[in-house]
Order: sequence, then structure tokens, then C-alpha cells
Amino acid sequence: MAKKDVFVLQDILLSNAQTAAAIRRELESRRILAVNLLSSPGAGKTTLLEALADRLKGRARMAVIEGDIETERDAERIRARGIPAWQITTGGACHLEAKMIGKVLPEIPTDIDFLFIENVGNLVCPAGYDLGERLRVVLLSAPEGDDKPKKYPRAFVTADVLLLSKADLRPFLPFDVEKAKAEALALNPKLRVFIISAVSGQGLDDLVAFLFRAREEIASRA
Amino acid sequence: MHELSLVASMFEALLEQARHHKARRITGVKVQVGALAGVVPELLESAFDSYKKGTIADGAVLTIVKPPFTIRCRACGTETVRTDFALACPACASADLEIVHGMELVLEKIEMEIDDPLPAP
Repeated sequence: MAKKDVFVLQDILLSNAQTAAAIRRELESRRILAVNLLSSPGAGKTTLLEALADRLKGRARMAVIEGDIETERDAERIRARGIPAWQITTGGACHLEAKMIGKVLPEIPTDIDFLFIENVGNLVCPAGYDLGERLRVVLLSAPEGDDKPKKYPRAFVTADVLLLSKADLRPFLPFDVEKAKAEALALNPKLRVFIISAVSGQGLDDLVAFLFRAREEIASRA
Repeated sequence: MHELSLVASMFEALLEQARHHKARRITGVKVQVGALAGVVPELLESAFDSYKKGTIADGAVLTIVKPPFTIRCRACGTETVRTDFALACPACASADLEIVHGMELVLEKIEMEIDDPLPAP
């Protein structure tokens, strides 16, 4: 018996990265802006998508992929707004992976403008998986506290956009919006920050305008 | 807590390499887990040890190296290790930085036992 050392130097998530890259190419060739939404449970991802559905009505077409451990609830909420939605139930897994998106992709209409992927509510594991998105958006809601960015750095370091959500609740909470913003920007100075409330509508016009600009960038390259 | 799914991906590569090199056994595996890889080394070890049972890597020892979070400034070239994960250059305060280490999740090396090569005729 002989011993042999094999130097591999291969990304353990290589197959996820390859699948994600193929999804990104496919979506961008169709001029679709894909957005991966990350947050802890209850930060307002689904409520934001409902509000975006209403604001995009008549202006753009969107579809939604919902990731949850169990139930169709979120997809049903989105469908009730007249938006096509696919529910992925992971059955225990704490995050979505690119191959799960790849399975749903053939069913997604090809003529949409925006594909929103709502990840499993979890600020840790989803940050490790590229799903083929163009924009990674992390939500931090006022009730969660302004000290979260440094506690969950990977989500904030890898995000493109930070939404400080539930701004309508701020009068009742000790949430320091400037502190949360400064802490997140210290981790990632390139973050685009929006202060929003899906209930009052605060900040949503700016966010929608930003999404349209990001989509135009893709369309001009495709 | 997705260490088990990482180990499953890792075993795909391990088994493929073992086939390719006609290994009898895998005796050791070395991985790099960056400080901001989002993976807990102890949990990866436990997941590896339960996953390996009954496989070609049953007796394999997992070694984990942990590259620190290291950033390089595109403006002044300074390379810094940051334990607070902040993307800011301490030398020139530029915000234009690239992460050079700390995100990796890499299968570095596999130690295996193979049949002795046939003696030269």
C-alpha cells in the first residue's frame, strides 16, 4: 500500500457556484433582475414583496420564489396579489441553494422584469450561498435592534443593499437608525441603504426607482 | 447550521478524487475555512465524523486551517487582517477594498492510500 497526497484546492461549494453562475447568465440574457432577500424571520420580507407587487402593478412584471422550511403560506400571500409565486419548502434546511432555484427556473415566465427570491428567514446560513442573483438585499427591522450588523457580519459584508425596515415602528422602539446604518457601512461601505416601511410606504418610491435603474443596467448589457 | 450539507458537497469531491486515483482508503482531509466563511469548524468536524462512517473515508482525520479575514486596499495596496470584518483601509481610509482571505471554504488536500505501483518490467 502506498500513500498519496492529492492537492485539490477546490471550493467546497463549487457546484453551487457553477449552478448560480448559469442561473445568472440565463436570467440576465432574458433581462431579468434577480434579487435575493435575506433577513431573520419576521423582518418583513413577504410584506415588502406585497407592497412591491402593488407598486409595480402596470409598470413591470415580477415573479417570486419563496423559501421556507414548511408551508405554502408566503407563496399564497403573493399569489393573492396577482403575482406568480413558487414555494420551495426545504423541509428543515436553513437556506436556499442554487440547484433549488434551478429546478424552479424552467417554470418562471421568460418575459418578467424582476425575480424576487425570498430566502429562508435566517441571517446566518443564506449568506453563504449564491443563488444567481444580481442584487443581494438584507433587511434589518426596527424591532430586531440596531446592534445586529456586527453580530451577523457575513450577511452585511456580502449584501449590495440594506433595508432598515418597519420604520413606522421606530417611535415605539429604542432603535437607533444612524447607529445601525453606521455599523453596517463600517462592515461594507458599498451598501446602498434605504429606510423603509412597507406599511406606511416610506422609502418605497426610492427603492423602486433603484430597482428599475439596476434592471436597466442589466438590460443594456444583455 | 448547514455544516452537514457542506460535508455532503465535500464528499462528492472526495469520492470523485478517490475513484480517479483508485484509492483504497482516504486517511486524511485538509480544508480551509475562512474566518467569515459562515461555518463553525467544530460543527464541521462533527458533521464530517458522522458522515464518513461506512465510506472510503471512514478512518480519515479532518484538518481545518482557518485563514483570517484579510483585506487589500485598491488605493494604497495595504493588506490588513481585520478581526472586526470591517471593509475599511486603516492606512488611507479608502473604502475600495478587496477581500483576499477569510471567505474561503476550500478542499485543500486529500491523503489517500493506493495500491503499490506495479514494479517496472
